Amino acid sequence: MHKRVVVTGMGVVAPNGIGLPAFLQALQNSTSGIKLIPQYRELNFSCHVAGLPDFKWEKLANYLSEVTLHGLKGTNIGYGLVAAMDAWADSGIACETEKTRWETGCVFGNSTADTEAMKNVISRVDGKEARKLGSRVIEQAMNSGVTSYVSGQLGLGNKVITNSAACATGTQAILMGCEYIKHGYADRMLVGSTEHVDPYMYGAFDSMRVLSRKYNDQPEKASRPMSLTAGGFVPGSGAAALVLEDLEFALQRGARIYAEVLGGCTNSGGQRSGGTMTAANSEGVIRCIQGALHNAGIGPKEIDLISGHLTATNADKQEIQNWVGALGCKNGQLPMTNSLKSMIGHCLSAAGSIETVASILQIMHNFAHANINLDDPNPEILDIAGVDNLPVKMTKKEINIVAKANFGFGDVNSCVILSKFKR
Amino acid sequence: MTRQEILDELKKVISPYTTNKELLAGITEETDLIKDLKINSANLVDIIIDAEAKYNIEIDYDSADKMINVGTCMDVISEKINERG
Repeated sequence: MHKRVVVTGMGVVAPNGIGLPAFLQALQNSTSGIKLIPQYRELNFSCHVAGLPDFKWEKLANYLSEVTLHGLKGTNIGYGLVAAMDAWADSGIACETEKTRWETGCVFGNSTADTEAMKNVISRVDGKEARKLGSRVIEQAMNSGVTSYVSGQLGLGNKVITNSAACATGTQAILMGCEYIKHGYADRMLVGSTEHVDPYMYGAFDSMRVLSRKYNDQPEKASRPMSLTAGGFVPGSGAAALVLEDLEFALQRGARIYAEVLGGCTNSGGQRSGGTMTAANSEGVIRCIQGALHNAGIGPKEIDLISGHLTATNADKQEIQNWVGALGCKNGQLPMTNSLKSMIGHCLSAAGSIETVASILQIMHNFAHANINLDDPNPEILDIAGVDNLPVKMTKKEINIVAKANFGFGDVNSCVILSKFKR
Repeated sequence: MTRQEILDELKKVISPYTTNKELLAGITEETDLIKDLKINSANLVDIIIDAEAKYNIEIDYDSADKMINVGTCMDVISEKINERG
């Protein structure tokens, strides 16, 4: 039997809003979450701005026991936990459970452990005080730290796995969870991703000269996907999570259904034919998008909105070109396209999950959020996409199907197709 | 340091590692850290590290193995305080 996968809960910790109501309002009001980070200026970085969620660490006391919270240092774990447990509560299921939930698994992604928290470990060891590190370091240093905390809090007993595919991590996690349900291995999967760009990771990106540096005095204007003045991306942090369920399973428990995940594709360009560690092989991108459409069983004309990767680097033009190539549309006739990064920056591993939550909110409320800062669009991009297809204001529009894609270092691609739920 | 003083201080050291504050308030020398206070066995090492900092002592592996209930914890701590002088 062909199984359908639906979204029944969502949680988000984004630079421009924590929780669904605040995030929806920020999307509709075109609210930027990019701020000046004075520490980055003091550290002699070229870029001094970032998208940081307004996250109150002490609020974790509402999510964790005092014992678990004591000794928790990993910011990425804090973000991931809040997004995951908010999504779970949003799906209408109690968080507390005595018994293991064998029917539910978890795919949650991240990039690295919190390097700033690990700094304490390094200085202790270098100071010959390793014995003072205690029991809580390894569980937060391991790549599966976030999934371990999330699945432990909720008692998840099906497949629990941590994925990592750079900027494609979030969309890939959603796709992996969706496939697992479609194959009948689990009834429900909690999926998502988290990212905390600490100063050490930030500094390394800064050194690559891929970050925005000309708008340090105007933080909200610093992230400018597809614009002529796009001068690099703005790092962002945060997390998002979704509860995916087999449709029949969701209907049986009377769950509220937000949207359907029709399918998707994840692949790699193999770092060949123009693809490198840091650049995408266009053929890989095109195959990924076309594979997603095929897997979802829809045609290119059915796409109402593209939620692009579009980070505000010189790769934006090639990405738009690839969308046109993949969808076989004429120049100037790209479906409406937006980039959430204009408001929140590039949340790396968390980008795919936060942008998917945004996509589903746009499906539910029938609008396309603005590409903010696109007051000077790159004319070449405008030519390929079409002047009316890159909204600069929040645009009300019936949105049935969204194609959400992310492309990451290592030449990895991921595209997921989301739809309004129709019986 | 009297035994009562050690007990009072020990309660503070243990506090972050147990959710059962009521039981903690009424602990006796027989109270078992894992069985009664439901402390995660992995966290015992954190209690030892915190106790070392609190009393300015060093608790070796063999002594740490003896720290099973409140009474044995107090025994080890007073022994180490006396050794320190």
